[in-house]
Amino acid sequence: MNDNIIATHVTNLLDKEFRLDGRKLDQFRDIKIEYGVSNKSAEGSALVKVGKTEVVAGIKMEVGTPYPDNPDEGTIIANVELLPLSSSEFESGPPSVKSIELARSVVDRGIRESKAIDFKKLCIKKGEKSWIILIDAYSINDDGNLADAIGLATLAAIKDSKFPKYDEKAEKIDYSEKTKKGIELKESPIPVTVLKIKNKFIVDPTLDEENAMGARLTITTVDDGRICALQKGGDVPLTEDDVEKMVEIATKKGKELRKLFK
Amino acid sequence: MPYNKRFDGRKFDELREISAEVGVIPNADGSARFKIGKTIAIAAVYGPRVLHPKFLQNPIKGVLRCNYNMMSFSGSGERVRPGPSRRSKEIGLISEKALEPVLDLGEFPGAVIDVFIELLQTDAGTRCAGITAAALALADAGFPMKDLVSAIAIGRIEDKIVVDVSKEEEDYEGGMADIPVAMMPRTNEITLLQMDGFATLSELKEVLKTAKKAIEQIYKVQKDALRERYLK
Repeated sequence: MNDNIIATHVTNLLDKEFRLDGRKLDQFRDIKIEYGVSNKSAEGSALVKVGKTEVVAGIKMEVGTPYPDNPDEGTIIANVELLPLSSSEFESGPPSVKSIELARSVVDRGIRESKAIDFKKLCIKKGEKSWIILIDAYSINDDGNLADAIGLATLAAIKDSKFPKYDEKAEKIDYSEKTKKGIELKESPIPVTVLKIKNKFIVDPTLDEENAMGARLTITTVDDGRICALQKGGDVPLTEDDVEKMVEIATKKGKELRKLFK
Repeated sequence: MPYNKRFDGRKFDELREISAEVGVIPNADGSARFKIGKTIAIAAVYGPRVLHPKFLQNPIKGVLRCNYNMMSFSGSGERVRPGPSRRSKEIGLISEKALEPVLDLGEFPGAVIDVFIELLQTDAGTRCAGITAAALALADAGFPMKDLVSAIAIGRIEDKIVVDVSKEEEDYEGGMADIPVAMMPRTNEITLLQMDGFATLSELKEVLKTAKKAIEQIYKVQKDALRERYLK
């Protein structure tokens, strides 16, 4: 009930191009990135705050057998946990549909489809051994736009990573020792979620704004502005015109956000 | 082989660096972060809220539910599989028992108070760090409490009693006793006591005496964190 009143208010304000917290329609909240927040055992980690939304991501690396159809490639495995610690809306138990959607559409697709990581370089011995990069993101506080925060946090954590020492003869990883070698990133895929509320488009929605959402489109772009992943959500359909406008906004914002990473 | 010097050079009764911060998760009714050495615990409290499913409700008093979880990249070595394990379930249970004595659950029949403890980074002493953070989070949530709860892991290695056991000490080759203790610091009543390994009664007495002193220091950091949040 209360949510409905706020949603109506958000919508009415947007008609006059205003937002509850006074931001412009295409303005993000303050973003803070902190690297190495859990590097005692993680190969890389980062914490990202977007306003009051907070997310932490960590990277672990393992050596495994390559998939038979790509014997000379390593891979990534992405996982997102929406912790009940971060919101009264999230419950304990197996991963929710929402967390699976985020893991697949933002993290996995963003990194994999952008070809940001050259999977061939993760191969140790063709058909036998390759590196597997395990990406885990956790919500610490949800005040909307978890998708973009998770995208930024996982990218920062990958940039923060160093390979552990691997003894090829003994076929063992020594996690207590890190090498100087980082994960080479050819692109910085940045997801930007654009919300359509009635006929207005906004970025970086707060929880109140997400509750008023008509449709959303998460658009991941790479350095030269090409789109590498899309995910539509919300119950309202989009027109071609909408999509064009939303992509334009996301490309512009993606460029700005990319500057947060030197 | 006598244990004359600790692996990390600390004195036998010396804690690692500790710090605490209250109110770190805006969504939660109460929250806190507690660091001891490299171990970082975050706790959030939600409730009292209606307990579902209904058959779990207690018409006489509220239910305290603690959930302990290590983030998958926080362990030492390989990735920890997400989701509950036998270990995390047990630690959740003993955390409930460690915290319950300071609360008056009779005020909340039919309700649940949920405490979520997440370990961001671990280097021994995680259950104690979790309980210490959770006590702060409960205070932050504004529950009437008889006292705080402070916890510390004490060890016995050879003939020495060591405070705030490190990972290296936990893995001491000659065998050791690892004894996590939680107390209500004002009365020194014990709310958590576990042990892995061997100790004599006189050693155990020594352990509890030592724990009392360490807990005084942790209690001070907890109080300071609460003051920082509410009196400044």
